[in-house]
Amino acid sequence: MTEDKKYTKIQELTYELRVEDVMIKKVITVSPKETIYSLREVLRKNRISGTPVVEKGKLIGLISIEDFIKCLAEGEMYAIVAEKMINKVKVLFADEPLVHAVEKFDKYGFGRFPVINRGDGKLVGIITKGDIIKGILNKLVIDYHEEEIRRYRASHIFEDIVSDRTTLSFQYDIKSNDFDNAGESATKLKKTLRRLGIPPDIARRAAITAYEAEMNIVVFTDGGKLRASVRPDQILVEAVDSGPGIYDINQAMQPGFSTAPEWVRELGFGAGMGLLNIKNCADKMDIKSKIGKGTHLKAIIEINYET
Amino acid sequence: MKLKEIIKELNLKVLSATGNLDVEVNGGYVSDLMSDVMANSKKGDIWVTLQTHQNTVAVAVLKELVGIIVIGGRIVEEGTLKKAEKENVPIMVTELSAFEIVGRLYRSGIG
Repeated sequence: MTEDKKYTKIQELTYELRVEDVMIKKVITVSPKETIYSLREVLRKNRISGTPVVEKGKLIGLISIEDFIKCLAEGEMYAIVAEKMINKVKVLFADEPLVHAVEKFDKYGFGRFPVINRGDGKLVGIITKGDIIKGILNKLVIDYHEEEIRRYRASHIFEDIVSDRTTLSFQYDIKSNDFDNAGESATKLKKTLRRLGIPPDIARRAAITAYEAEMNIVVFTDGGKLRASVRPDQILVEAVDSGPGIYDINQAMQPGFSTAPEWVRELGFGAGMGLLNIKNCADKMDIKSKIGKGTHLKAIIEINYET
Repeated sequence: MKLKEIIKELNLKVLSATGNLDVEVNGGYVSDLMSDVMANSKKGDIWVTLQTHQNTVAVAVLKELVGIIVIGGRIVEEGTLKKAEKENVPIMVTELSAFEIVGRLYRSGIG
């Protein structure tokens, strides 16, 4: 099971792409009346190992280099294609997802499948395993290129913006007691910071700061906001809520001190370590709090590109 | 040691992110307190816990842990598995207690 799921991106692509996206559209065909001898020329000239047999636009068979070799061995070079071709041809429809093609290649072990229109049954293309690989690789290259452009744009933003002072600001709204989504803002912030080219260690410290601040809002308040203001030299993480406020900040900073209710502690929160974690991660930290009014936490993480 | 080797050796049941098991496990951490894990776990650690709520995934992502081992055969919440799948965090379940599984991890050379 684990091996199957290993190439999930590729699998995703095989569902996303259709047979017509990767097939060869210019199909070399032969007429059923041609001789095996002239088939040889067709295969040789086009460097292909097999070809559909078409009569009046309709697919009636398939003939390959193997059939040619058989005829060669048996001295039947002037037999006609119609006599030697495979009549019952397995085909693919142009609008089928690529994964069907992959399954058919696996199932039948053929080298190629003609592709026909679902509506009129006309031959519109041909597909080999190589075409599938090429198609997927092309799509991967396109996706990768788009991702690269996105990253490039983001990580050079500070260089590209011309100003005396640039600050990028991100705000996340945090709901009270929403333990299911708690931590999501910190996760998003970390991803954003990495996109901006912030060094991993700095992004990690900012994310831990944001996480603990976010959890405090979730556990203790009616909801609030988490804000990150990113400058080329520092990240300011702020958490703002409108109550209830911290009674004694010094006490709240003590490791293990917590006013969290029992059920919250059972979930593994409210262990009385949050503010301390922030203090340890930030270069500067400041809390202003008023009972009944709310709390405003500020933590600064300096960006040092050498670390 | 690779995560997939640990899974095999310790007979863990993988519930999410089965495509992300070919990763090196650098060490381990055991705790049920989120802030403790945030403060003290290290990148590349495997995390042993009894917690099964969604926040564990956020913690694992933020700390770049290679996976979460849930102990005592606990049922993992659906929302947690969804999030774990999205963030590509392997969640594994063992029937053993924290003490026993950690002992085995240590004996396997993790730590």
